[in-house]
Amino acid sequence: MLKEIDARGRSCPEPVIMTMNAIDSGDKKLKIIVDTNVAVENISRFANSRGYKVDVDETNEDFEINLSK
Amino acid sequence: MKGKGKMFLYGGIIGLVGAILMKLGNPGNMGICIACFWRDIAGAMGLHRAEVVQYIRPEIIGIIFGAFFISYLTGDFKVRGGSSPILRFVMGFFLMIGALVFLGCPLRMVLRLANGDLNALVGLGGYIGGIFIGTRFLKRGYTLGKSIKQPKVAGFIYPIIGVVLLVFLVIKPAFILFSKEGPGSMGAPIAISLALGAVVGISLQRSRVCTAGGFRDIILIKDTFFLWGLIGIFAFGLVGNLVLNLDTFNLGFADQPIAHTEHLWNFLGMVLVGLCSVLLGGCPIRQTVLASQGDVDAGVTVFGLIMGAAFSHNFGLAASPAGVPPNGKIAVIVGIIFISILAYGVVAETSKAKQKVGLKEAKVNA
Repeated sequence: MLKEIDARGRSCPEPVIMTMNAIDSGDKKLKIIVDTNVAVENISRFANSRGYKVDVDETNEDFEINLSK
Repeated sequence: MKGKGKMFLYGGIIGLVGAILMKLGNPGNMGICIACFWRDIAGAMGLHRAEVVQYIRPEIIGIIFGAFFISYLTGDFKVRGGSSPILRFVMGFFLMIGALVFLGCPLRMVLRLANGDLNALVGLGGYIGGIFIGTRFLKRGYTLGKSIKQPKVAGFIYPIIGVVLLVFLVIKPAFILFSKEGPGSMGAPIAISLALGAVVGISLQRSRVCTAGGFRDIILIKDTFFLWGLIGIFAFGLVGNLVLNLDTFNLGFADQPIAHTEHLWNFLGMVLVGLCSVLLGGCPIRQTVLASQGDVDAGVTVFGLIMGAAFSHNFGLAASPAGVPPNGKIAVIVGIIFISILAYGVVAETSKAKQKVGLKEAKVNA
C-alpha cells in the first residue's frame, strides 16, 4: 500500500524525520510531497542509505519523491 | 564531484576565508562570526551602546547578496513563512544570549578551534549537548508547523536590508556608530570583506552547510554528510592559520583573543546555542542564508538574533575576555529552562493532537 506524506512547508529536518518514522514503521512504498530542493536532497540521501529506490517528479512548485523497496 | 568530498571543499572555502579575513584585519579568531557580526551591526545602529563592538560588518552584507543571487539563479529562492514566527524570534533571541556568553557563534567556535583556542573545545561539548537535547524534542514530535507561500516582495526584505547597510557603511551618516577602539574598530578592507562574504554566502547556499545540522544528523539519522562540511571548515581554517596567521596560533586555554576561560559558562552558553539551533532548524549562519533566499521565518529569527544581541549588551549579559558577568550566567540558565519549556509545550500539544486523530480513526474503523 502506498503511504503518502505531505511535508510541504516543514522546516529542516522535519521532512526527513517524517520519512524516517514511516520507513521505521515498515512502509515499503512511500510518496513524500515537499516544496524545497533541500528537502528533496536530504530525503533522497536518507532513503538511499536505507536501501530505497528514489524517484523524484517535479510538479508545478512541489516535488513528489517516490520511494520503493 | 558529489557527496562528502564536495561538502568538505565547500566547508574548506569557508575555513580559508576565515583565515584570510583574520590576516587582513578582522579581530582575533574572528575571520567570520555571524553572532558577533550581527551584534556589531546592532551596535552600529545604536541598538546597544557597547562602544567597542559597533561596526557594519561587510561580510554580512556579502553573505546576504551572495545567498540571494545564487538562490535566485538556481531556483532555490522561494518566499515562504508563517511557521511559528514568535517562537522563532524568541529562540533567536536566546540563541544570541548563549553565543555572547561563549563569545561566538558555532562557526567562530570552529574557527577558534582551528587557531588553537581549546576553550572552543569546551564550547563544542556544550553545543553537541544542546543539539542532543534538541533532537530528543524532535523525536517526540516537536514541530514549528507548516510555512505557507508569502507575497514575493517579502523575500526581498533581506536583500534590501543588505543594500541599506551597504549605503550606511559607505556614506557613514552621523547616526550610525563606528567603534574607535576594540574589536569593532578592527576589520579587513571593506571591498575584500564584501567579496569574501559573498563567496561564503554562495558556498553556504549551494552546500546547505549548517553547523547544527552536522551534529544533529549524526545523532538523529546517523548520517555524516554535513559533518564533512564542518571538518572542511576546521581543516582548511587550521592550514590557513598555520600558513597565514602563524604568529597568532596559540594552542591552549589561556590568553586567547576575545575569549574567556570560564569552562562551565563556555559549555552552558553553547548548550543554549545548540538547543535553539536544532529547534530552529539551523544555526545562525544557516538562518542568515535562508533569510536571504526568501525564508521569511528565518528572517524573523535573524531579527531575534539582533534583538538578543542588543539586550545582551544593554543588560550586561555578554561576556568579555574578563569573564562572564553574573547577569549573563542567570540569563543562560533561564534561557535553557525557558526554551526547553517552550519545546515541551509544542511536543505536548502535537502528541495530544495525534491522540485525537488516533481516536477518530479508531471510531471510523469501528
